[in-house]
Amino acid sequence: MYQYDAIDKDILADRSAEFRGQVARRLAGELNEDQFKPLRLRNGLYLQLHAYMLRVAIPYGSLNPAQLRKLAWIARTYDKGYGHFTTRTNLQFHWIKLADAPDIMDHLASVDMHAIQTSGNCVRNVTADPYAGATAEEIDDPRVWAEAMRQWSTVHPEFSWLPRKFKIAVTAAPKDRTAAKVHDIGLVLKRARDGSLGFEVMVGGGLGRMPYIASTIREFLPVNRLFSYLEAILRVYNRHGRRDNIHKARIKVLVATLGAEEFARQVEAEWEKVGTGPDLPDTELARIRGAFAPKTFGTLSPRSDAFETARAGQPAFARFARNNLKPHKVPGYGIVEVSLKGIGETPGDASAEQMEVVADLAERYGQNDIRVTHEQNLVLPHVKLDDVPAVWAALDAVGLATPNMNLVSDIIACPGLDYCALANARAIPVAQHIAEKFRDPERAERVGELKIKISGCINACGHHHVGHIGILGVDKKGEEFYQLTLGGSGAEDAAVGQALGPALPYDRVADAVDTLVEVYLRERKDGERFLDTFRRTGVAPFKEAVYADAN
Amino acid sequence: MPTRIKLHDARFDLAEDPFTAVGDEREIPPGDVIISLARFQEHGEWLLSDGRKVGVRLESHEEVEALAYDLPRLSLVALAFPKFGDGRAYTSARLLRERYGFKGEVRAVGDVLREQAGFMVRCGFDAFEPADGSTPQDWDKAVHRFRHVYQRAVDGRPPAFAERGK
Repeated sequence: MYQYDAIDKDILADRSAEFRGQVARRLAGELNEDQFKPLRLRNGLYLQLHAYMLRVAIPYGSLNPAQLRKLAWIARTYDKGYGHFTTRTNLQFHWIKLADAPDIMDHLASVDMHAIQTSGNCVRNVTADPYAGATAEEIDDPRVWAEAMRQWSTVHPEFSWLPRKFKIAVTAAPKDRTAAKVHDIGLVLKRARDGSLGFEVMVGGGLGRMPYIASTIREFLPVNRLFSYLEAILRVYNRHGRRDNIHKARIKVLVATLGAEEFARQVEAEWEKVGTGPDLPDTELARIRGAFAPKTFGTLSPRSDAFETARAGQPAFARFARNNLKPHKVPGYGIVEVSLKGIGETPGDASAEQMEVVADLAERYGQNDIRVTHEQNLVLPHVKLDDVPAVWAALDAVGLATPNMNLVSDIIACPGLDYCALANARAIPVAQHIAEKFRDPERAERVGELKIKISGCINACGHHHVGHIGILGVDKKGEEFYQLTLGGSGAEDAAVGQALGPALPYDRVADAVDTLVEVYLRERKDGERFLDTFRRTGVAPFKEAVYADAN
Repeated sequence: MPTRIKLHDARFDLAEDPFTAVGDEREIPPGDVIISLARFQEHGEWLLSDGRKVGVRLESHEEVEALAYDLPRLSLVALAFPKFGDGRAYTSARLLRERYGFKGEVRAVGDVLREQAGFMVRCGFDAFEPADGSTPQDWDKAVHRFRHVYQRAVDGRPPAFAERGK
């Protein structure tokens, strides 16, 4: 975990003081709501349906136990005892009072946290692979670059007033756990033949009402030129992105309008003129790398007797190990996925008690490291296999051991009509109904990897476009309907889903998913995922079955 | 004579404005003037040969490249903020200073609020016509709000990585 130095801490303190002054001016009537809105949004404070919502930044999804405990304490002290982890790996509190917000910022700053640029038309919280530093797949630790970008983008003088919000993801593994291709910029660390590090730079992905998969504009950017290249991209966007229509203001529209080739040409032309000025010195990159306090791993046997005994003796643990435990780069360790998708629960929600338990486990068994995933789960990236049974038992005691990672009930859902001022339809209860349908874990495992993503409106916070099954809530004359799409993916094989057919009423959605799964089980060939079967058969058999049932 | 906030030697003062901003519909009066890009392109040569100081106002969609060859003869470029959230002028200011080495006044006009002070100064603005009644003291406070900055910019403040490298 990156250790903040005195400079990083000063910047948080100064920001917090600035925000306190702005809130005071608002409460005293010196700022009206129109003037205050863009200021509070830059500090993560939204006005939602029922109350203020505070979106706390969790840069590249990385937390230490003290931070998670502080979030739990804030949940208990200023909210209703829980928080909501989002697809941007942030944490949202949904019941905040404006007058409390400055104090909350100070409490956050006391553990090196903040809500800077979690909203607003600026560079948002940079996300990274939640397995960073733990998976053998990666060729370098993407957090180093994510942290460097966090600093570069914080209160950036030129790029804080962009046409629209701007999201960057960085990964270093062939398996993409960041949804890089649906970001404004997706960066994939690569190694050249000569051993040097570089980024594949993908630009112009995004969801919302116009979904796009990002285009690669550079196959290999030497890592030491990252910041001048970002500057060139953002400068082209700042100057030429549309500002007349909020729905056409994202960089994806500029890239699509110009064409990726022409956009790349403009970026390269600007980049040549930017020169070498804005890049970070190697010493600073080395310092950041060093500030991620290195983990010390023991020399362990790849086989753990304690783990094997528990697995043989307890079917529930065996199931957890099958679905929620991933291989670690060091023998004898594992990556433990903590599901925030308990059957019947709200996807992404965690109670204060649950947060505290995860913090304790990270401290005791997990090298003080916790990650948030864009799929709204938590990860303990470094757990000895010997300790996995104890971790499982402690998670299970607070409802966090649901063995459903990547399975049908591991659903992304936005807050929907229950919380969000933008939503047209509920998302949470739809997720809950589907999860209930697949409550039997054996059946869920038989189905295998199946990513369901639900959004309550076309803004697509629930990433429905890239769900293997995507579900979009729409309002039809005051009634909630749901459009289903199939075949989307937010991973390295990213694709936008294809519409199944006419929208279905609320009470038909879970049954329709059940039908889709049955069609898949009937059609699948040797080990195919749902997505692979769909790609082979096309929409026809699925459509036929769902609408035959509907008639 | 109208006033504007002027930054010089790291201090913000209320200073009299020697320039008259002239809309396209008005006749050009004697003295130092700020005119639109279109008007400059039409009458700039004549005005400059008249021996007076000339400034050009660029709207946020107009690009500084249009002035590239005239900049050494201009005394001022005013960059317009039609809304304070329209951030194109920040790029324009940086390009004026960094790419074209413009030494004259770079003035922020339009929807200019103290909340933007830090961003503007870092991008090379040195004169301001605030729309929110803010004073030089407000600007001074806003600009010095952050004791450190993370990035290099026009103002020459050492970024965090340079401070750390010492």
